[in-house]
Parts: sequence; structure tokens; C-alpha cells
Amino acid sequence: MTDVERQTELPDRLRSPLFRLMASWEFLLLIVAVLIFFLNTQASPYFLDPWNLSDATYNFTEKAIIAFAMALVIIAGEIDLSVASIIALVSTCMGYAVQLGADTVTLIAVAVVIGAACGAFNGILVAGLGLPSIVVTIGTLSLFRGIAYIVLGDQAYSGYPESFAFFGQGYVWWVITVEMVLFAVFALIFYVLLHRTSFGRSVIAIGNNPTASVFSGIRVARVKFMLFMLTGVMSAVAAICLTSRLGSTRPSIAVGWELEIVTMVVLGGVNILGGSGTIPGVVIAAIVMGMVTFGLGLLNVPGIVMSIFVGLLLIAVIALPIIIRRLRQRLSG
Amino acid sequence: MLKPAPSMNPASLSLNRISKVFPGVRALSSVSIKLYPGQVTALVGENGAGKSTLVKVLTGIYQPDEGNIELDGVTQTFASPIDAARAGITAIHQETVLFDELSIAENIFIGHAPRNRFGLIDWRTMNRRAAELLDRIGATVNPATLLRDLGIANKHLVAIARALSVDASVVIMDEPTAALSHKEIEELYQLVEQLKVAGKAILFISHKFDEIFRIADRYSVFRDGELVGEGMIDQTSSGKLVELMVGRSVDSVFPPRTNELGEEIMRVDGFSHPTEFEDISFTLRRGEILGFYGLVGAGRSELMQALFGVTRPSAGSLQMGVEKIVIDSPADAIARGLVYVPEDRGRQGAITGLPIVDNVALPSLSQTSKNGFVRMAREFALARQYTRRLELKAAALDQNVAQLSGGNQQKVVIAKWLATRPTVIILDEPTKGIDIGSKAAVHAFMRELASQGLAVIMVSSEIPEIIGMADRVIVMREGRAVGAFERDELSPEALVVAAAGIEDERVA
Repeated sequence: MTDVERQTELPDRLRSPLFRLMASWEFLLLIVAVLIFFLNTQASPYFLDPWNLSDATYNFTEKAIIAFAMALVIIAGEIDLSVASIIALVSTCMGYAVQLGADTVTLIAVAVVIGAACGAFNGILVAGLGLPSIVVTIGTLSLFRGIAYIVLGDQAYSGYPESFAFFGQGYVWWVITVEMVLFAVFALIFYVLLHRTSFGRSVIAIGNNPTASVFSGIRVARVKFMLFMLTGVMSAVAAICLTSRLGSTRPSIAVGWELEIVTMVVLGGVNILGGSGTIPGVVIAAIVMGMVTFGLGLLNVPGIVMSIFVGLLLIAVIALPIIIRRLRQRLSG
Repeated sequence: MLKPAPSMNPASLSLNRISKVFPGVRALSSVSIKLYPGQVTALVGENGAGKSTLVKVLTGIYQPDEGNIELDGVTQTFASPIDAARAGITAIHQETVLFDELSIAENIFIGHAPRNRFGLIDWRTMNRRAAELLDRIGATVNPATLLRDLGIANKHLVAIARALSVDASVVIMDEPTAALSHKEIEELYQLVEQLKVAGKAILFISHKFDEIFRIADRYSVFRDGELVGEGMIDQTSSGKLVELMVGRSVDSVFPPRTNELGEEIMRVDGFSHPTEFEDISFTLRRGEILGFYGLVGAGRSELMQALFGVTRPSAGSLQMGVEKIVIDSPADAIARGLVYVPEDRGRQGAITGLPIVDNVALPSLSQTSKNGFVRMAREFALARQYTRRLELKAAALDQNVAQLSGGNQQKVVIAKWLATRPTVIILDEPTKGIDIGSKAAVHAFMRELASQGLAVIMVSSEIPEIIGMADRVIVMREGRAVGAFERDELSPEALVVAAAGIEDERVA
């Protein structure tokens, strides 16, 4: 009798959490991060200076804030390529509000409302009408920035209030910037959202199998709409930081960021086809990309090489898992 | 002998001891069939008897695991559909496999279009030859018309013209009349006669007995992937064919009902859908297993999905208990205690890329979570409880569902829905494609659920399962409920007759 019971009683987990950690992509990425850190210390004696390191974080904090939301969108099987254009539109609206005499609190409210509206627009088209998100967001990528260009032309807005500089230029304590704190806080929030809530569970389920998710009672369209809203709002947060750091708005602000953000997410181990990925992975990937950028900067490598690097990195991280699987099959079969 | 002459000819196509195995299922076991020039051989059998697999082997889509195909005395291997087409085997499918955006002539000659001396398509010759072919089969359409502008009947004619254009010696027709009107069917019969006169060997698959007796010369009956009978059509009757199809062995392995039926729990009134089903009404009691039988495409799954809120019905009402309710989404249905276990396990039922525990907990997230936060311990407890009840065989609860066998995947899917504690559970083809052992476990479990007061709706195309499990059966045909049987009225013959729409006198 007990034998039968033992047979049907399944263990919860086959492998210990420690084993799964060691075998994970995130762990591999962490080793890469340490390696690059070491290489950077060798590349330049200035790297280890605390103020230098602090400056270096600006290379990734703003992008990472969007990448957290983008990770959820990609895990759900969609993509949002309009994020950098949302930054441009949000920044432009903030600049316009400044001309009308808005204070810092109003600016933030304007940013969040515009970001949410952009996200809602994407969300309605994708979740409401069922259009493919890659097409919708390529369209809005052009649309949102186009509006910014029409409003601004070749002008620039500046004259942001002094208190507004806090977000992109402020320090919380010693070398710890406001953006670093925002990065950490949002990392934690998105970690909980994805890995500890039923909303996050729905996101993963939808990315794996949208049809089965509908049959399982998940309100798929609603979840997708909320994800695009969320990405819009996070783009607004990044726009606040970036505008505050630069102190001015040009229509070309954050051009090409969508590519770096998607690369960051995929490097973090999120499956570009949806269904799997973790926030810790994205956090480490953000730091890795930031450090590489900074290291190359220390070596005086020109910006265009960085662009080549990002392109190659994106292809490599998408191709690597597939190549490894093929090799394994060839070896075993 | 009434028809001695044709059968004296050597067979143009011989299938010799063909077997095809899929994981967990033996789709064809050692099947031998011969097709003769100028004769129509009818292939009959229940859904899942192996007819489609045979067609796919013949047309090079599947490669047989054992056996060989002989065409005019020469052994053939079809590595791809192109090989089969080159050898002179052509198929006209239920849904014609043609190109909507191309013209009729292009569809007829695709892959073997006449060329001019520059190697380009010779449009004039192609259109002329297409017109000749169409004329031969009595189709009055312009070869330059785009296919999408044609109705289904004319599309069939194009498919037939295509078959003639490649000078096929073997023509396979897979339920060609399923989507045709009465008049179009008559025209198709005449075409079949023409093909016979032209000396083609024809394999005709159909569920409709009247047409089998009308146009076939020979018959072959499949059951569970085996050939169970063959012969000349004028030496048999539909009664004998039905007997062969369903077999006599409705085995006694099904668990008997021991519980009494409880009060009425669900009432469906006049449920209709613009295209899939019409005016369906039934009631369901606690402890009851209500079977839905019919041919594939009879609208059973569509009805169930409308009840579950996946699609919206155009008319009709649903009452659960004493309350009339409207279900807008599966989430609503689950909240009301009505769940649907879909037929398509991999696409609709399970999320195979995720662990067992996540799958089981997914429809119950609102119960296992607190204020939107998941509680893993509760999820594992839930998964442990229901997988134990279903005797799931797996290594651990965090194993991905994709790694399990078909039968165990089905247990996960059933566990997932039971964990929501439904009052009504709809099982759509619950044992399709799973091994015998898992089948028995699912059957036993269904009976146990019913005896605990759950109401079960079982959609099944397997007659033994319907007869063995159901307390009452509703038969659907072409979107309508065409028969209702109490347990003591159930017989395989009655079900087949109702589902296929055979007139009664033929069977008796």
C-alpha cells in the first residue's frame, strides 16, 4: 500500500535550486560580467575610480528601466519598438509644457500621461484589433517621433526648472545617483511582478501558448494591453531621467535606443520568441552592456564601433542557443 | 460473378503490408489494398480508423514504416508528395489544396506548366489546354479566372482537371462531397464515371453510405488502423459495412455506473451559431455522463467552445442551477463552475513549455494567489493532490509537460481543470491518441467524478467509448442535434445511422 502511494507521490522538484542556479543563463552572464569588469580594470587605470564608475552607470540605467517592461512584453510574445520614439514625444511634450511655465511636478504628470497614452495606443491596436505588434510599433516608432519633429523642427527646448535636474543629475548619497536608485527599485518591482504575481504568471503563459491561455481563463487581450501601457509609462520614466540629464529636448533624442533595449533583454536570457526569461537576467545584461560601452569608451573606441558591437551582440545572443542545440543534437544523434 | 471483367485486370496500385506508427499510436498495421483501373474502391471506417494516414502514405506526405507501394508492378518509394505526383497518383482533398491567388489554368498546370523556347511559361498553350480539360469535364469557367472567385464545387472541378492534366493513373478522393450541394454532388458523380471510363483507378473516401453504394465497385473497411473487410460492393449491405466499421466488441472494460442521477444542473436552450451549429437544446443532471457523438465537423467542439465562452453564440440561453447566465469568456465559465477540456491538447489544453505545477495551477490562480501574489506552496499542494488522484507518471512536478507521454499530458490537462472544482466538466475527445492504459485510467476517473456528483459532457467520435461511458447520447450532424438516445436504446448501428444520415431501411 505504501509502495503504491510512494509511486504516485511526485517530488516537487527534480533538481535542487542551487543546481538550477548554476546551470542557468543568468549565472553564465554573471561570470561574463565579472570577466568584463576585470578586463576593464586592466584596460584603464581610471576605471576603478568611484566617480568614474558612477558616471558609467548612466550608460545603462535609463535603457534598463525600459528594458524591464520590454522583457515582460517580449516574454508575452510581443515586442514594442516604439519606446525610443515615446521618449522623444514625452520629452517634447515636457519641453512644450516648460514653455507654458510648468513646474517639475506638472512635468512629471505630463510625462506619465503622454507615455501611458502612447502605450495605450499601441495596446489598443495590438490587443484590441489583434494586429501584429512588430508592425504596429514600427508604425508608431515613426509616428511618435514624427510628431516630435513637427512640433520642434530643428529647434530645441531647454530652460527646465532647476529642481527637474534632480532625476538625471542628482545624487542620493556619495556616488549613488538617483537613476541608480530608480534602476534598483524598478528591478525589484518588476522582479516581483514577473516572478511573484499571478499577472506575471499569465504573461509567461501567454508567451508560451496564447490559445491555451485563453482556454485557461486568462484575459489575454487585457494582459497585453496592460503590458503596452506599462512599457509606455516606463518609457516616460526614462524620458524624465534622460531629459533631466541632458537639460534640453531635441527631436532626435534617444534615437536607436529600441535596438539596444531589445538587445539588453535578449542578452538577459529572454526568449525572443516569448515564453521565458527573468528580470535578474536583464539586470545583469544591463550592467554588462553598460560596462562594455564604458570600457570601449575608455579605450577611445568611436561610437560607430559601439553600434557594430550592439548589432553583432544581438545576432550572437539570438543565434547562440540555436547553434548550441544543433551541436548537441549532432553529437547525441 | 456480376462484374468479372474489371477484376481480371491486374491491379494498377498495390499497397503491401503497410504499417505506420506514431508515438503511442499504431495508425496503420500491416494494411494491404489493391486498386484496379476503371474501378472505384470505397474506403470506409470511423474517424481515426487510419483512412487519412493511408492517403498521406499514398501521396508521399508520410513514409510508411513497413511495407511497400507497387504501381503497375513496379515498387515505388515516395520520399515526397512530388514523387507521388510524378508517379501518377493525385489526390482531391476535402478542402482542396489549391492556390486562391492564381488563375484556374495556373492551378491546373502548377509544377508542370508548358514552356516556350525561352523556358518561360507558354501562357497561350496553357490556357488552351486548360480550356480543353475543363471542357472535357463539363466545367464552363474561363481558365484565366482567379481561383478565389470560384465556389467550392468549381474548385473541385479544377482539382479534377488538375488530376487529368498530369495524366494520373490513380485518383484519390477524400470526402469530396462533404461541402457540396445536392446538384453539385450529382455532377461530381458523373465525373467519377468519366474517370472510370478513362481507366483511372479511384480511391473514394466517404462517410455517406448512399454515395458509396451509388458509385463504388469495391469496398475496404478500416478499423483501428487495420483492414477488417473488403470485397465487391454489390455483395454487401450498409448493415454489414456498419458492423465491420464499429466491430462487435464493445468491450466490457468500461466501468459501470453505480450512482443515482441528481438534480438538473444545466439547461441549454436553442444554442445557435451563424455557421457552426443551430438550435441545440439539452439538459444535464448531476452525476450524469452525457455523450455527444457525430462525425468530425458536425459542430460538437464548436458548440462546447461556445458554451465555455471561447466564441459567442448568436442565439440561445444557458441556465446553470436555477439561474440563467451569460458567459462572455472562459474566465467567466470557470468562475461559474463550467470547464472545458479541449481536444487539441498541445495547442489548447496544456502549455507544454511550462512545468506540470504551473499548468495545473493556471486556471486556479485566483484561488492559489493572495492579493495577486502567487503562493508556490499552494500551487505545489494543488498539483500534488490532483496528479496523485489521476496517478500521473512523471519525474517531478517541475518537469515540463512536453516531456510527458500523450496519456500523461492528458492527465495534466484534466487535473488542471479539476483543480478549479467545477460542477460541469466538458471533455472533448478525452482519450484521443493516448495509449490503452491511460484510456482506462481516464474512463475510470470520469466515472468516479460522476459518482461524486459532477456532471460530465463527453464529446467522442469513438463508438465503444460513447456506448461504454455515456448515460445518454446526443448525436449531431451538420450542426444540428439529429438524435437523442437513452442508455438502453444505444447501439453502434443506431449511432452510425444517425451520424451519417443513412435512411433506416438500408440498415435493417
